[in-house]
Amino acid sequence: MIELSEQNQSEVRAHGERDYPYECCGLLVGRFAENGVKACLEIYPISNAREEVAKRNRFLIRPEELMRGEKHAAARGLDVVGFYHSHPDHPAIPSGYDLEHAWPVYSYVVVAVKSGQAEDLRSWEMQADRSRFDEERIEEPVQI
Amino acid sequence: MPITITIPTALRQFADGTSRIEVDAATAGEALDQLTSEHAELRRHLYDDKNALRSFVNIYVNDEDIRHQTGAATPLKDGDTLMIVPSIAGGSTAEADVSTELPSLSNEEIARYSRHLIMPEVGMEGQRKLKATSVLMIGTGGLGAPTGMYLAAAGIGRLGIVDFDVVDSSNLQRQIIHGTKDVGRRKVDSARDRLADINPHIEIETYETRLTSENALGLFANYDIIVDGTDNFPTRYLVNDACVLTGKPNVYASIFRFEGQASVFWAERGACYRCLYPEPPPPGLVPSCAEGGVLGVLPGIIGAIQANETIKIALGAQDILVNRLLLFDAWAMKFREFKLRKDPLCPVCGEKPSIKELIDYEQFCGMKPAHAHEETKLEEITATELKARLDRGEDIQIIDVREPNEYEIAKMPGTKLIPLGEVLNRMNEIDPSRETIFHCKGGVRSGKAIEALRGAAFPGRMVNLKGGITAWSNDVDPSVAKY
Repeated sequence: MIELSEQNQSEVRAHGERDYPYECCGLLVGRFAENGVKACLEIYPISNAREEVAKRNRFLIRPEELMRGEKHAAARGLDVVGFYHSHPDHPAIPSGYDLEHAWPVYSYVVVAVKSGQAEDLRSWEMQADRSRFDEERIEEPVQI
Repeated sequence: MPITITIPTALRQFADGTSRIEVDAATAGEALDQLTSEHAELRRHLYDDKNALRSFVNIYVNDEDIRHQTGAATPLKDGDTLMIVPSIAGGSTAEADVSTELPSLSNEEIARYSRHLIMPEVGMEGQRKLKATSVLMIGTGGLGAPTGMYLAAAGIGRLGIVDFDVVDSSNLQRQIIHGTKDVGRRKVDSARDRLADINPHIEIETYETRLTSENALGLFANYDIIVDGTDNFPTRYLVNDACVLTGKPNVYASIFRFEGQASVFWAERGACYRCLYPEPPPPGLVPSCAEGGVLGVLPGIIGAIQANETIKIALGAQDILVNRLLLFDAWAMKFREFKLRKDPLCPVCGEKPSIKELIDYEQFCGMKPAHAHEETKLEEITATELKARLDRGEDIQIIDVREPNEYEIAKMPGTKLIPLGEVLNRMNEIDPSRETIFHCKGGVRSGKAIEALRGAAFPGRMVNLKGGITAWSNDVDPSVAKY
């Protein structure tokens, strides 16, 4: 389960629409809570490092970008808890390519952007044996 | 030796929840082996089925990627830190989806290209793009030699070669695609053999012809990328215009003595050669490599840059040499870079182009006069005629206008050396009452010397030795060295 506010969800959607027809990507910064629950407190957009022609169906966050994001998170006492990316004109379901390149534990939020309009937004976590992605619930964080 | 390994957040649960683990190891590979033997679950995430590090797993030793060092063999010393840093990749379609468009790779090809395949910037998809790409190389000389060899080695699927020349021993100092055994062979044949030896998985097509305004568009249409390895202005403008008209990227380079330049002229994305040089220099102003010389390794460096940019274009990389002119000085060992800008008034790629088809480039570059009557008559003599006249004891003075270092390599008997640049200042050393034969290496500079002297009102009779000292060696005295 991941806690992701409406506000953050609309930021992800807006990034997907902005970068259409290319794939957008970014980090989810927050906390690993108990029982495998992740709390995303902010989103951290990254520029897609893939080359021009591949950007329509590929994204790449370089290790140095991730390290930068990790430092940004650490400075706030937070962790990188997952990643988001868009699927231009494709459903918000992880592809075989996503699975091959995924890491366990992290949340993978995917937003479908159809003809420039963000639609479905879903979150996924890969099984530890790398066999498949399971969808995880997205919940509004509990306001204290 | 204690080495600290830092574990990324995502993998900590497979390492008993710790973020740092100490191991004893002498190399990065050993450290990872120890780590994954203690924590077997980690191995699946770090290594693929073929026991190779996954392409999106990056190992840093003290903040430096081991791919930039010696990979798994990167040595470690006491107190080093090894970091596992993921790159995060994904995308909307699976690899299988592109298989219909791109050619597949055999297991042999996968083994051959493994150093490409493990880099995410190339990968299987990129390597298949290289295989799907066709490149036409104009010339297999100094530049074409390294370019062709690297493109073949990289797995560019189809390589075309245009050259009309024959391998000469003076080529071997820099044209490393040809060998001593190839002297006298057609360059396209020699190049084909070498490229096929480097990589039997690619197709090679040869065209033993001069590139002309008649055949250029037809040839270019069948290729994705054009690589200009020519050594003269008419062909350079022809390659540029034909690329603009067919919409192909022109991977350009030129070399002279110790200096080289390279750029990618691609009208759809930026400046073309004419945006940079709207007009050719007056004929003869810029000497060719045959006249001025070239350091043999220079085309190796510049040609490798052309191969690099060609491969990047095929991969769809962003930072190619479009709108950038790279200058290299081998003697000072310095690179410089200039920004280029597309000229909206460019006659071929501008907003209102005046050139819509290929023209006569020899004429455009002033190599032949537009109208015959404008030609000032240059009196010429062949080497055999000159020999006959000398044998008859005729009173002729011979002026050699080459440079002193050329004079050292080979000279004709009874000549006086006055380099072209000094001809006007030393005019009084030439006796105007006698007939004067001027010669150089091939006949171009001596023609210019005569023109210059005529312009300075030198009154004597001046005759140009056709073909220069090279013709003398060919037709009169083979003991005179050719260079």
